[in-house]
Amino acid sequence: MSDRLRVKKTYKLYVGGKFPRSESGRSYPVSSPDGTELANAALASRKDGRDAVAAARKAQRPWAGQTAYLRGQILYRVAEMLEGRAGQFAEELADATGAEVHDALGAVEAAIDRLVHYAGWTDKYTSVLGGANPVAGPYFNHTTPEPLGVIAVVAPQDDPFLGLIEAVAPAIAAGNTVVVLASETKPLPALSFGEVLATSDLPGGVVNVLSGRAAEVAPHLAAHADVNGVDLSGVADAELAASLEAAAAETLKVVRRPGKRLDSLGLLRQWTEYKTVWHPAGMAAAAGGGY
Amino acid sequence: MFEYAPAPESVRPQIKEHYGLFVDGKFTDAADGADFKSVNPSTEEVLFTVAEAGAADVQNSVAAARRAQEAVWGPMSGAERGKYLFRIARLLQEKAREFAVAESLDNGKPIKETRDFDVPTAAQHFFYHAGWADKLAYAGLGSDPRPLGVIGQVIPWNFPLLMLAWKIAPALACGNTVVLKPAETTPLTALMFAELCQEADLPPGVVNILPGAGGTGAALVDSAVDKIAFTGSTAVGRAIAKSIAGSKKRLTLELGGKAANIVFDDAAVDQAVEGIVNGIFFNQGHVCCAGSRLLVQESVADEVLARLKDRVTTLRVGDPLDKNTDIGAINSAEQLERIAALTDAGSGEGAEVWQPDCDLPDRGFWFRPTVFTGVQQSMRIAKEEIFGPVLSVLTFRTPDEAIAKANNTPYGLSAGVWTEKGSKILWAAERLRAGVVWANTFNQFDAASPFGGLKESGYGREGGRQGLEAYLDV
Repeated sequence: MSDRLRVKKTYKLYVGGKFPRSESGRSYPVSSPDGTELANAALASRKDGRDAVAAARKAQRPWAGQTAYLRGQILYRVAEMLEGRAGQFAEELADATGAEVHDALGAVEAAIDRLVHYAGWTDKYTSVLGGANPVAGPYFNHTTPEPLGVIAVVAPQDDPFLGLIEAVAPAIAAGNTVVVLASETKPLPALSFGEVLATSDLPGGVVNVLSGRAAEVAPHLAAHADVNGVDLSGVADAELAASLEAAAAETLKVVRRPGKRLDSLGLLRQWTEYKTVWHPAGMAAAAGGGY
Repeated sequence: MFEYAPAPESVRPQIKEHYGLFVDGKFTDAADGADFKSVNPSTEEVLFTVAEAGAADVQNSVAAARRAQEAVWGPMSGAERGKYLFRIARLLQEKAREFAVAESLDNGKPIKETRDFDVPTAAQHFFYHAGWADKLAYAGLGSDPRPLGVIGQVIPWNFPLLMLAWKIAPALACGNTVVLKPAETTPLTALMFAELCQEADLPPGVVNILPGAGGTGAALVDSAVDKIAFTGSTAVGRAIAKSIAGSKKRLTLELGGKAANIVFDDAAVDQAVEGIVNGIFFNQGHVCCAGSRLLVQESVADEVLARLKDRVTTLRVGDPLDKNTDIGAINSAEQLERIAALTDAGSGEGAEVWQPDCDLPDRGFWFRPTVFTGVQQSMRIAKEEIFGPVLSVLTFRTPDEAIAKANNTPYGLSAGVWTEKGSKILWAAERLRAGVVWANTFNQFDAASPFGGLKESGYGREGGRQGLEAYLDV
């Protein structure tokens, strides 16, 4: 052992491509399951949630407007950056969950592979889910899936890294932007993931990572009128999940309930909306409707 | 100008004096004996009385639907289910005239529309979904799609039979059974459809029809169904979404709209005018996706408005059973009151109102086609769904401004774009936040084309491959 004093990391939020502390000035101690103090994490407030939604909204249209090829390359770049730091994430994850480093590395590698999987979906899912419709008239009619918009995610509590990537990757692959509330007791790998995102050409605001109490922050995200979808898959408390779903109903957000298992195409579909466009394909139809 | 002679439809359907609930394959009265009257909105005469389902009837129907789903309809092969649906489609085609006249009588809409649109499109919906019943694994939703179970469905009064078809056809094709509540003011064609199910030998309990009002609908939402499919107002949709929060019930919602119909300066003006008229005056404007906000580019606004007023002046308002009629009766006194109140608000807030000088019948519920100009985005007539023959005209200077104004609404159901430039259509269609975009046309519907909205217009699609997702566990 060297007697050099280790430089410890300050775990901050990741919002709009920057690493702010909570505007509330609060933090909370994070420990491993055996009680070892690991670090302090920023304790996000309602206003941090609001800032994150604003950043996600600002980033959404430009992100959706990128070519699918570019979105795929950026997701692949995230996988590349994570691969290079797999060892660090395995240790952080092992500390967070009490798992062996070897097993934690397996979860990190699975997360990398999921990112690669979704990198390959960006330029395919629209043709798989959409298409031309054979309507009974002289019209060209086609349907394409489009991103829902801003998705608020309460990440899984006990699967703090792979679970978070599984929730975030399909949403952004489909052109949405995300505000993700990391596992309350195990937020450190998610906060470090912000550093990976920040060095992966992913535009600031596409993914925003908050740490804090789900019961404090999630109700504001679920009720926020500028949020279009809410992923409650990480909400363990059934009562909280029901109240978040009810809050989301106020502006008719799309909700993914806890326990709803979906394959990757199902997850892409969860966070997209179909748009159908009609156009006359013959001169007779160009005359309009029935009048 | 030629004068029109009246051309009334002569076929009269057999309308009974009284209808029961349709539960488990039989007509029955409500457990508490309640009933209500259905009125012809063009004459205010009572057409028939009908049983009003209460909570006990809802429970019985859901139980019947559950038995039928588990014992008969769910286990049946897709091919056999499909054959029942094909049979229903054929029967609807055979009885098309009867259904068209009945719909016109009960709803007030012109026979021209029920005959040429509502009934044929309803039949198409059954024919289309019949074919899916044995091909669900090819729908791209997963290799083992399963039915959800019993579906509770609540539909509006604007397209009574067509909305029934949109709900029942995909639900049945996917192996579910249904309990459907038609709208309070328009139960007739749903009850005629129940008779048609008997004639088709559809197994009892697969389709159950429960006439009633909001209380019946609320009881259905609270019942032991697996899924609710609702078409109606955003306020009710929101209440349903809240009430099922935390449950396992699924939900799809097709709610209100305030669609923008955008006319660019390079549009073919005569075609655009036809599309504007179709967009807002089709079905008396009782259309959730109606083009109720006309956004016209400033440089052509005067020309478009002049031609629009000329065209609206020629619309014939009156007897729904007259084949010449373009605009029929408003569906109910209540809706007429709402249209009048919002129109008054438009004048009160400073918009300029214009109506053609046409005669209206002495009895019944009528409203002249109305065009508001000088409308600002902050006015109620630009923000709220009027659900009547009332058009709000706003102008814009640049394409970006048109998109910004079009999207400036909590709704996102439909939009229209008129321009002769293809690239501009695609540019606009991509930016419009709406589930359906009509380019150089408006108010087109087809069983193969998914319909549904974004934002506060709801979620889920009806029609097409994408519409099957609403009725499958995948």
